[in-house]
Amino acid sequence: MSSTAQASGQQTPETKPPSTAKRSLGSNTIVVTVLAFVAAMIVGGVLIAFGDQDTRTASSYFFAYPWDTFTAAGRAIGNSYLALFEGAIFNPHTASSGTLAGYLGPISETLTSATPLILGGLSVGLAFRAGLFNIGGQGQIILGAIFAGFVGFHWHLPPGIHVIAAVLAGVVGGALWGGLAGLLKARTGAHEVITTIMLNYIAFNLLAFLLSVRGFQAPPYGQAISNNIDASARLPHLFGSSMRVNASLFIALAGAVFFWWLLTRSTLGFKLRAVGANPFAARTAGISVGRSYIVVMLLAGGLAGLAGVSQILGINPAITGDIDAGIGFDAITVALLGRANAGGTVLAGLLFGALRAGGVQMQSSTGTPVDLVEVVQALIVLFIAAPALVRAMFRFRGTGSAVGGGELAKGWNG
Amino acid sequence: MNVLYGLYRPDGGQILVDDKPVTFSGPGDAMAAGIGMVHQHFMLIPVFTVAENVELGHERTRGLGFLDRRRARKQVAELSRRYGLEVPPDALVADLPVGVQQRVEILKALLRDAKVLILDEPTAVLTPQETDELMQVMRGLRDAGTSIVFITHKLREVQAVADRITVIRRGKVVGEATPRSTAAELASMMVGRPVQLTIDKEPAAPGAPVLEVDHARVVDAGGQLLVDDVSFTVREGEIFALAGVQGNGQTELTQALLGLTPLDGGSITLDGLDITHAEVHEILGAGVGYVPEDRLHDGLIPSFSIAENLILDVHDRAPFAKGVALDLQAVRGNAEERAAEYDVRMSSVQAPASTLSGGNQQKVVLARELSRPLRLLVVAQPTRGLDVGSMEFVHKRIVAERDNGAAVVLVSTELDEVLGLADRIAVMYRGSIIGEVSADSSAEEIGLLMAGTTPQDIDRQQLDAAVPVTEPGLEPGPGHRREEG
Repeated sequence: MSSTAQASGQQTPETKPPSTAKRSLGSNTIVVTVLAFVAAMIVGGVLIAFGDQDTRTASSYFFAYPWDTFTAAGRAIGNSYLALFEGAIFNPHTASSGTLAGYLGPISETLTSATPLILGGLSVGLAFRAGLFNIGGQGQIILGAIFAGFVGFHWHLPPGIHVIAAVLAGVVGGALWGGLAGLLKARTGAHEVITTIMLNYIAFNLLAFLLSVRGFQAPPYGQAISNNIDASARLPHLFGSSMRVNASLFIALAGAVFFWWLLTRSTLGFKLRAVGANPFAARTAGISVGRSYIVVMLLAGGLAGLAGVSQILGINPAITGDIDAGIGFDAITVALLGRANAGGTVLAGLLFGALRAGGVQMQSSTGTPVDLVEVVQALIVLFIAAPALVRAMFRFRGTGSAVGGGELAKGWNG
Repeated sequence: MNVLYGLYRPDGGQILVDDKPVTFSGPGDAMAAGIGMVHQHFMLIPVFTVAENVELGHERTRGLGFLDRRRARKQVAELSRRYGLEVPPDALVADLPVGVQQRVEILKALLRDAKVLILDEPTAVLTPQETDELMQVMRGLRDAGTSIVFITHKLREVQAVADRITVIRRGKVVGEATPRSTAAELASMMVGRPVQLTIDKEPAAPGAPVLEVDHARVVDAGGQLLVDDVSFTVREGEIFALAGVQGNGQTELTQALLGLTPLDGGSITLDGLDITHAEVHEILGAGVGYVPEDRLHDGLIPSFSIAENLILDVHDRAPFAKGVALDLQAVRGNAEERAAEYDVRMSSVQAPASTLSGGNQQKVVLARELSRPLRLLVVAQPTRGLDVGSMEFVHKRIVAERDNGAAVVLVSTELDEVLGLADRIAVMYRGSIIGEVSADSSAEEIGLLMAGTTPQDIDRQQLDAAVPVTEPGLEPGPGHRREEG
């Protein structure tokens, strides 16, 4: 068209202001995300100060020597965040040993923690793009871990084949669990939030049951732990056994590439996005909404199953009751922070991985509990869900009222 | 108008009420300043009575917090007598026809001492008779000293009721007119160029039957009969109109034609092929085009780009699909081509469909549906909310499709549109076809059918004039089945 000036030439009396619900990852979004992170760290700092013994002692004589309180609080916050950084990115104390592990250890921990978070985040994000809220990451991860783990310790296959078979089994396990929720939604209209939460309970207790069954449980049958995974089924370490980072990182990155290709380049992804954005128009255009729900939940479950794979074939020697390690729920936060797109989810997974890795170091060296990390993660997403709040705090003017807020708020009305 | 009512804040300029500048931070301020608004979509609570709805937000209580219902009833009765707005104060709003619901909305504004009444497209949901009654009410209010701002795109109504006319185009006042201006003058002011108001078409040359609907029944999940034993045949090269007030089963019937709603009984045949139980994509693939009545709900995905919206139904077919992958170049090329052919005014084909004006959104839907060779075109409310210029375009396209040999089913609540386009007209009332008339019937004849009065009824009334006729519009009509949203 030659005349863009006339673009609105045929305004109708009832034209509404253009919707801001959907928007690409613009600079505004990035600014809000960064500021949300800063705001979350500030609130986290206040919590650290309150939790610090020295600060509390100093505050008892606050009105006599107010400065003491502030220095104590500053020291506590500084030390905690320094330890967080050392645990996640670079630690000069271990680096001074001169070994590779000393330099790269923290990064390895960050990447190791980020891997299942990325896969879980992709799982939640994919379902989200098709209009479904997949709360079932936990159950799908557990089923993925059970399937992969069982193949890993029960079948004794040649090296190479064994690990591939175990990985695929994990995908199948997760996909079955996710697909079940999709099937229920498509056939009976059961809300996926309800069904996936219930499937989480079933998976969790199924695992607890299996861990007490001979053939699954490791002798001498005293502890709730499975047999050890064969070495031939384990994903190889990337930088030697002194660092935990392993090949599942590549699985996660491949998952992100698949996610991107599926949603932007494939006809199937087009269907899924159409169903997610407007199921009525999709149905009117001849797209089967029910079939799309089943397919997307199979795929989302498969991705979550891979998160279970990375747990069991990557870092844990055997299946335990807490194999999901809260990843299923953190994955929801990762997907929200990553705006349900591939690049954003990888970055969000890395950030949360860093916070997890650093949190461990922070607790051991400063005593600040690792739970603070969870608080900071939740605060980040909270601030992003309320961009107006962040803008008010930092006094910057953005356009539109919902930067990704539309996406965060969607999904419950399926 | 939303600025006047305090819903949006103006970015500049000022509003004067009785020569005093006012600023509104919400509808409450606007009401306090004497401005009342009747929205296109009513803001009533269906399960409350008329009196309760009118009083809502202004409830008076007797001691102990008891609602003073008697007072409320009296007040409503007095108001409606004073302004000649007949309403039954104790009826549930849900049981009232749309026209009466609208009077309740007007009463609500009057109770709050509105000196200025804004009516936003009030006739969109009314039968022709109800529209006439509304105009009577407007004249009465005017004579009683109320100022009325009447927003409409229907030229006939402007000419009938307005004392002064202001034409707004693209957010700007483009001119003033008097009620004596001709429809053509008003239309060209609205569009910015001369427009043709009558629809040019040759007489139909119907061929073989394409669509045969036989004793179709649709029942909703609650067991309510929505389409009741409807049968008709549409031939190639003719436009068959289903007229009727909104909510009389037309929506469900069109959805059944497309396979979107299952039939409870009866059958649908397309070119001799039974499609009663076919899936949506099979029906589309058999050469059926569909322009749904709510384009933003069913026709488009507002957050998708224009290019993506143009391939919604054919995205998995050549040339747009290469195996499992989308051919983005083909998608884009197709979009550029269609947009040029249908004169879609947009910033780029990658812009979300939500950024388009209503007329251009409808062009996108048409461009998509008419890009396939069609045997049957089903169009529902094709010009709802469109300006005169876009209307002209849409009508031309529909006639062109008929002349290409397609059978066309037109569902419309606009009498002018039905009379202008159709070759045959059937009127739907409470789920069934109450009568079929020829295209040269009078608007009155069709209007009476739309209100549920068959020619036999009229004969009977004339024969038996002693029987008191109930106030038209006050009996529970089709209003309670009106589509929401």
